[in-house]
Amino acid sequence: MKEILDRIQSKYNLQDTGFRTDTMAFTTVSKELAIDIVTYMRDYEGFKHFVMMSCVDWIEDNKLQLLYLLNNPTKKCDIGIKVFIERENPSMQSAHHLWKQIWTYQRELKEAFGIDFPGSPRVDENFVLEGWTEKPHMLRDFDTNKYAEETYFPREGRSTNDPATYMRAKLYPNQPVTAKKNKDHE
Amino acid sequence: MSELDINDKVNEMLHKSEHNAAAAECFEKTFVRPEDEEREVIAPDGSIIKVNPIYDYFSGKKPTEEKPCGGVVEKFLNWARAESIWVLGFGTGCGSIEIPPLMTPRFDAFRFGIQMRPTPRQSNAFIISGYLSVKTLKRVIRSYEQMPSPKYILALGSCTINGGMYYDSYSTINRLDKYLPVDVYIAGCMPRPEALLAGFMKLKELIKAGKAEKANEYARNFDEYKANQKKIIKDWNMPDYNW
Repeated sequence: MKEILDRIQSKYNLQDTGFRTDTMAFTTVSKELAIDIVTYMRDYEGFKHFVMMSCVDWIEDNKLQLLYLLNNPTKKCDIGIKVFIERENPSMQSAHHLWKQIWTYQRELKEAFGIDFPGSPRVDENFVLEGWTEKPHMLRDFDTNKYAEETYFPREGRSTNDPATYMRAKLYPNQPVTAKKNKDHE
Repeated sequence: MSELDINDKVNEMLHKSEHNAAAAECFEKTFVRPEDEEREVIAPDGSIIKVNPIYDYFSGKKPTEEKPCGGVVEKFLNWARAESIWVLGFGTGCGSIEIPPLMTPRFDAFRFGIQMRPTPRQSNAFIISGYLSVKTLKRVIRSYEQMPSPKYILALGSCTINGGMYYDSYSTINRLDKYLPVDVYIAGCMPRPEALLAGFMKLKELIKAGKAEKANEYARNFDEYKANQKKIIKDWNMPDYNW
């Protein structure tokens, strides 16, 4: 695993390379080179098995992070290739030509995060939701509670308790609640 | 009369009947998929037939209220209805896992005249089992409206009552009774098969007392229900009443 990473390091500029376990490494690469590196890993380093592709919303940094997780079945090791892309009108080079199952992942990411993959087959079709007109529902600034309240007729009289506060009040009724609560949230 | 003449006649009948006029009205502002669009196809005998998939298969008419006839006859009918509850085998949420044990020797729902049927046209009870996403609700409405009246809905689990643990989800509804009329609620997360049987007993009581008239309520408040349904189902590409 280490040799493989050293070899790519000499070819591409990798950042934040680190090992999660002995056989699993993660690295961050630039958006322009990402698909090149994935292709290189598949064709030259034996990472033939595409495990999955996912996205993380870093709203504080105004960025989305894509992750391509690949597996090498002969050497029994995994590599995760992370890419940061912009959050406004996100778009990424499509990788549908490498593995066919990427079609589906990209369709899902288009629906859940609004990331466009130009050229990816059927990328504009509905994936799970039908007729969704709001902003992509997995973005962190989409307020699902507010949307549900406005849309789905919440039943009056429904109340919720913070489990920690409730249990503390039940178990230790003599202790002041507020002081404890603040301590917890620190 | 030659074959072509017969075809013309049939086409005329199909496309100028009252049903289709009503259907055409309620379809004006809907989103129709390409395969459902009105088009002309060539039949095996070479004649050209106009096809309008949604209008052809379903009626555009609104449901009508069927007043109970009352008296001894109605009592007898209600007794008969209560003893044969045929449930549509459509598991909409996680609660459908409680239905298979209901049909085992241990709980044995057959002894109460309850059985599962594969199609909505053969059944008169619908168990909404647990959370209902908007996507499933669309299928549920289609299935419910195809069931022959009198029909009953059992709402299983707390998700159908107030959203349950999915109360803040963007894709699941909170209150089922805003979209479809509910006869019996069975609370719990998840209710055991015993609770489901108790719900059926309650439903039987209601039917025998002549109080399970929710299919008529649906017809009476049809516009209100439709407005609520259309508020959340954005891609409405089906008839207003799927009979």
